[in-house]
Amino acid sequence: MSEENRSTNSGETLLRVNNLRSYFHTRAGIIRAVDDVSFSINNGETLGIVGESGSGKSVACYSLLRLIPQPPGKIESGHALFDGVDLLHCPDEQLRDICGNRITMIFQDPMTSLNPYMRIGDQVTEPLVIHRRISRAEAWQRGIEALREVGIQDPVSRIRSYPYEFSGGMRQRVMIATSLITKPRLLIADEPTTALDVTVQAQILELIRKMQLELGVAVIFITHDIGIVSSFCDRVLVMYAGRILEAAPTAQLFYQPKHPYNRALQKAIPALHEKGDELYTIPGTPPDVSKPIHGCPFALRCEFAVEKCLTSAIVLKEVAPNHQSACLRVQLGEIDLTPAR
Amino acid sequence: MLRFVARRLLQMIPVLFIIATMTFFMLRLAPGGPFDSEKSVTPEIRKNLEAYYGLNKPVYLQYYDYLANVVKGDLGPSFKYPNRTVNELIGESFPISAELGFWSLLVALAVGLPAGLISSLRPNTAIDYIPNSLAMAGICVPNFVLGPLLVLIFALTLGWARVSGWDEPIDRVLPALTLGAAYAAYIARLTRGGMLEIFSQDFIRTARAKGASPLRIILKHAMRGGLLPVVSYLGPAVAGLITGSFVVETIFQIPGLGRYFVNAAFNRDYTMVLGAVLFYGALIVVFNLIVDVALVWMNPRLKFE
Amino acid sequence: MSARVEALGKPPSDDPSLIEAERGTSLWRDAWHRLAKNKMAVASMIIFITITLASFSGPFFLKQSYETQDLRLGAVPPNAQHWLGTDTLGRDLFVRILYGGQISISVGICATAVALTIGVLYGTTSGFLGGKVDALMMRVVDIIFALPFTVFVILLMVFFGRKFVLLFVAIGAVQWLVMARIVRGQVLSLRHQEFIEAAEALGLSKLRIIFRHIIPNTLGPIIVYATLTVPSVMLLEAFLSFLGLGVQPPMSSWGVLIKEGAEAMEEFPWLLIFPGLFLSITLFTLNFLGDGLRDALDPRASKD
Repeated sequence: MSEENRSTNSGETLLRVNNLRSYFHTRAGIIRAVDDVSFSINNGETLGIVGESGSGKSVACYSLLRLIPQPPGKIESGHALFDGVDLLHCPDEQLRDICGNRITMIFQDPMTSLNPYMRIGDQVTEPLVIHRRISRAEAWQRGIEALREVGIQDPVSRIRSYPYEFSGGMRQRVMIATSLITKPRLLIADEPTTALDVTVQAQILELIRKMQLELGVAVIFITHDIGIVSSFCDRVLVMYAGRILEAAPTAQLFYQPKHPYNRALQKAIPALHEKGDELYTIPGTPPDVSKPIHGCPFALRCEFAVEKCLTSAIVLKEVAPNHQSACLRVQLGEIDLTPAR
Repeated sequence: MLRFVARRLLQMIPVLFIIATMTFFMLRLAPGGPFDSEKSVTPEIRKNLEAYYGLNKPVYLQYYDYLANVVKGDLGPSFKYPNRTVNELIGESFPISAELGFWSLLVALAVGLPAGLISSLRPNTAIDYIPNSLAMAGICVPNFVLGPLLVLIFALTLGWARVSGWDEPIDRVLPALTLGAAYAAYIARLTRGGMLEIFSQDFIRTARAKGASPLRIILKHAMRGGLLPVVSYLGPAVAGLITGSFVVETIFQIPGLGRYFVNAAFNRDYTMVLGAVLFYGALIVVFNLIVDVALVWMNPRLKFE
Repeated sequence: MSARVEALGKPPSDDPSLIEAERGTSLWRDAWHRLAKNKMAVASMIIFITITLASFSGPFFLKQSYETQDLRLGAVPPNAQHWLGTDTLGRDLFVRILYGGQISISVGICATAVALTIGVLYGTTSGFLGGKVDALMMRVVDIIFALPFTVFVILLMVFFGRKFVLLFVAIGAVQWLVMARIVRGQVLSLRHQEFIEAAEALGLSKLRIIFRHIIPNTLGPIIVYATLTVPSVMLLEAFLSFLGLGVQPPMSSWGVLIKEGAEAMEEFPWLLIFPGLFLSITLFTLNFLGDGLRDALDPRASKD
């Protein structure tokens, strides 16, 4: 698909998520992994979801495809509208029709995400076998093409290999090929480079970028590395303790932060400090999401927090064009977080 | 693959060698054996024994002869039945035991695999607990209790089967059930464990994200890995079927190798006993090899080694 | 900034009012809790202990003795006087089962103890020394494992007489192998963990490391496997006795009773059913307990 095709369609909402709450009912209590999250993504857009471990970013996306085992997980509330279908409430067959076909996903650990007992070819072609009525031979051919596109050398013979014969980077390429072979509308990438070497990371990001431009697929990119999103994403959501604290186009997120957490995250990037300067870390630890949190979850670690931050429930509101923040004080105009230039 | 098989065959030789040696020396040391001159044996048997064992030769030559005979496949004359060789007796009775083993294994797989599979789909619910408990019961009721019980219920009380014998096809049922029950139970548990282990793996989540139906996930993704423990188990299972056959053939009066073996043990038919031991040893060794080859074939990672 | 905010700026862990005390737990206490929640395992443990206590102390309380025969009575089904009936010689079956239980359970526990000791020592040594020694020791285990051992046990009992001690030796010789393998596997995985390297770096002697650091960490699987070995041993003894090769009269075990019961079952089925029931229940409870222990000590290996 060309650039033109993409821009014609872009701007239309592809997926709209409203008030998603995904909890885990465990013996230790109810873990509110995702607590009232709403966002949307347009055709061809790249949306980054950034957060620490435990912020709920992965659980949110897994919940969309109903991949969380339903005990102990439970989708307490919410709607996820995609092409007129509510992913969270539609019948299983309908969801299965969409997964792997129009919405696909790649996971964090390429070493464990592939089935060690099946050949690469069988796994790459599986989405075609499930969702398209084509012959095995034709599927295999398309598989070879897909492997070639993601940069696997000698795909004709390598398609018959088993996963253990591939390195981590190559396996992730296979995962990418598998997830794009049906030319989906939306790709969800859950920390696809975290488990890889730094040099390989860049290659994989490049690859995803390239495939996205060719196919015009929208990408939700989940990561804990705020640096990655800056080069890669159109818009970014910042999540913390199961909630979205800030949402904005990438440039605005970096240059005009509207939430203390975002600002603190950026302060913590080592590259921004002079050599020999003390590194900045956000004091404290993320809150325990098995206990109900009143007020802002970041308040206890926030340098701008006041009394009301601990008691008022937070709401995500627009505080500038196309820019939302859940910080009470920013919403009231009490503080301005734009760094001085 | 061929190298793997060849290597394993070579590894098996010391095992068989040890078995042969141990049996040879046990024979010499056993009180009341052919080397015990006080034991009275009929003259014909004595003659055969002397010819086979070369009793007048020094020990190391006897040992060598013995090994030579074994390698040739000649297991010697029976100690108890004149004019019959051990080879003959084994040849007569083993096919019967093999048939019993086959039916028992069939029962074990036909009952155990589905039970374990169904259990694994809904763990920790009633669908899981019932087969699991039955399986546990299957393991814990020994075959020498189960056998007589089945006879009591189905043959003596209900009259659906005969108490003993092997002539009619119906005679296969109770013995196969008796022998197969414990294995069905083990297989059910192994299947359940193996499948559960697989279901919790990441690649199953990948398959679900591709939109694979539950049936497809079970058959194409889970079974290949999930059944590995069962295949692995088949090796020891065959060994167990052999020992189980001693009891079952005794209870049901089946003229198989197991019953011959037990009778020979009691009647002190030493050559028969030792011949049978060697035979069993070789059988187990070969079967373990087959299982190992199957495992490598099923688990691509092992091909690397 | 207000004073309140300054206070908020500190990490929460410094402020005592914000700390919730967490009770520390050890591995054993955790395991015990998990075991206690497993009702089947607890029930099994209670039943097994009851049967054992009954076997060893019961005969004191019962009026009938083991040997009292009443030939005129013959075999009668359960009644008020003889709770489980009598055998063909008029002996009370319940008492005989209790005495049989003493033998069966003793053989089970003692032979397991023997197998345990040999297996643990062998496996620990092999795993700890590693390298060629380990390879050789495990080769030996592999070879012995490949032998049709039950068959050899039968041979032993046939050729060398049916002495009780020999029975122990034979059974113990079969069971130590798997224990050795399990222990060695555990030791190997522990051997290269950092806390062992730290202990070595501190200069602790090898023996001390083995006894104070490695063996306690292998106790989990050892306990589980020991609990599962006892029923295995009991089964083996009963099997041998059933074939007439195990415990010999006048001693009696459940295996012997089952054999006698099977012979007489056409007319007197209770002679088979009750001993069979006792043996099966004991095996059942031990297996369930072993499973429960396995789940309690290593929840990752459990059904969920």
